[in-house]
Amino acid sequence: MMKASMTRRIVWIVVAVTGLALVGSARAQQTGTPPAEPPKQEEEPFWAIGRPKAGPGAQMAPVPAFPIPTPADKLPLAKMRVPAGFKVEVYASNVFDARGLRQGDKGTIFVSSLFGAGKIYAVVDKGGKREVKTLAEKLMLPNGIEFHKGSLYVATPKAITRYDGIEDKLDNPPAPVTVYDQLPGDVPHGWKFIKIGPDGKLYVPVGAPCNICEPDLDRYAQIRRINLDGSGMEIVARGVRNTVGFDFHPRTGELWFTDNQRDWLSEDLPQDELNRLSKVGQNFGFPYCHQGDFADPQFGWGKACGDFVKPAVLLGPHSAPLGMRFYTGKMFPQKYQGAIFIARHGPWNRTKKYAADVVAVFLNSNGTVRAVEPFLTGLVENNSYLGRPVDVLVLKDGSLLVSDDHAGAIYRVSYGK
Amino acid sequence: MTSPRGPGVGKRPPSARVVFVAALAAIGLLPGSAATAQSVDERFVVCPACHGADGQSRIPETPSLGGQPSFFVVAQLFLFREGRRDSAAMTAAAKGLTNDDLLAFAERVTKLPPPPSPDEAPDPQRFARGRILTLRHPCGVCHNPDFSGREQMPRVANQREDYLLKSMREYKSGARLGYGGAMAQELAGLGDQDLIDLAHFLSHQRAKP
Repeated sequence: MMKASMTRRIVWIVVAVTGLALVGSARAQQTGTPPAEPPKQEEEPFWAIGRPKAGPGAQMAPVPAFPIPTPADKLPLAKMRVPAGFKVEVYASNVFDARGLRQGDKGTIFVSSLFGAGKIYAVVDKGGKREVKTLAEKLMLPNGIEFHKGSLYVATPKAITRYDGIEDKLDNPPAPVTVYDQLPGDVPHGWKFIKIGPDGKLYVPVGAPCNICEPDLDRYAQIRRINLDGSGMEIVARGVRNTVGFDFHPRTGELWFTDNQRDWLSEDLPQDELNRLSKVGQNFGFPYCHQGDFADPQFGWGKACGDFVKPAVLLGPHSAPLGMRFYTGKMFPQKYQGAIFIARHGPWNRTKKYAADVVAVFLNSNGTVRAVEPFLTGLVENNSYLGRPVDVLVLKDGSLLVSDDHAGAIYRVSYGK
Repeated sequence: MTSPRGPGVGKRPPSARVVFVAALAAIGLLPGSAATAQSVDERFVVCPACHGADGQSRIPETPSLGGQPSFFVVAQLFLFREGRRDSAAMTAAAKGLTNDDLLAFAERVTKLPPPPSPDEAPDPQRFARGRILTLRHPCGVCHNPDFSGREQMPRVANQREDYLLKSMREYKSGARLGYGGAMAQELAGLGDQDLIDLAHFLSHQRAKP
């Protein structure tokens, strides 16, 4: 009975499809216009010269997470390397597109996501077993999150909202309250990283709405800060192409931020940056100067790199440094006190893949950078990624969480037993 | 003279919605019909009604699926299933699909042949302008030099012109986010005429002169 009706349905479909096909071919035959001259193959325009020629050696593209997260037992734990005495474990798996990390006062781990999932998750520890709850979904690129005085702040390219008392309402989240909605909302580099500074203000970047262009620089390529009620907007840094990670020095309170530099210029230029804001209003060079010493071939004419703040340290071409945190925990050896952990996502705009790691940046007492060391590595194999770190979070116990949006996982790095 | 919105727009073939609803009804996926657990094969039967049994769509603003990479198909079905790509029809079609179903659907789609070159010749000026744009915004670096697509990046060669234009306009306006930020970034700074020319060039790949 079932079979017969299914057969009838299939016949119906075949008739419908065949009918459409006939309509299509009849239409194709009607277009009897005389053949035009074949288009003349024009010379390559001057501005395209030097761009990568597509081919086996020059294939590049964004490297997105597969929409199905890697199962816990298939995560590349055995391939990951950390310094002697440290240990990596899977903190949570099946967290599709895991990006930003924050810890609530009551221990909840909040996780943001971007293009893949469009969700905000909460990871709750239930006697060693971790449960992943979805707090909000179908959000527009909700990459930026922050936890402050019981509230979860969520930033999309257009607006920042707040979920009050969230840790007591994980199963029934409240409607969000709008904090600030005066962001441009562009998709390119419009996704946010947000953080509340020691001054009690909320810091939010507005990236360049392009790869490379000269946009309205009073509106784009900057970091702003606002009061927590959305008032008092002030531009604190300019010439910032796309920062997706920053933190405040635990002693000086200075803002340090990673910045992703332009694409399509060269395999090895420009390098991405770690920057230090020592004075409100400083300009870091975009779109005129990259990596502190290299004028843009299109927009840099007549500009001097000396007029802009130089990076504190360079972090490699297209390495995509994202989330970063000063280490102030008690678990790791003394050497790591005050060091900066930075998640490098790994390049897409480069044929040779590398990074996809966490590095530790060590500072001198005067605040300059002394050294950059690998900390968590092993996620690049055969020129492809096994995982891609996005954010780091120092937990209250001093261990370090690392989000991986490629495998949809969160790892925990601890020291000692 | 080809319409800027693609060939056949004025011919009024059945709309995607009409065909789709009829097709859904035919296999019992409409609310109220006696839908029971169906195999992937049974559910896949509905797809060609709009997208073409031969991989080539004849319905305005409805894409040809032939030759699309598996990753791309999985990613788009995923976005439809999650209600995150704006198409009521496709969200209905993808509703309830498991992750394994997404993979199985993608496997079937990848077996459809790529759409052929169109019979009609391109407009030489628009074709040339479109070609230049693909050099300036290196489309082929991601979509392959012959625009055949790979991984999450679709085949755009000989896709329906009207659908290419619709997609690029949606990326540019932010109405469609895609599965990564690249399209919004690469289309930033392009005007609507650029998108029209690009769609014309890509839809007329290897067209007979």
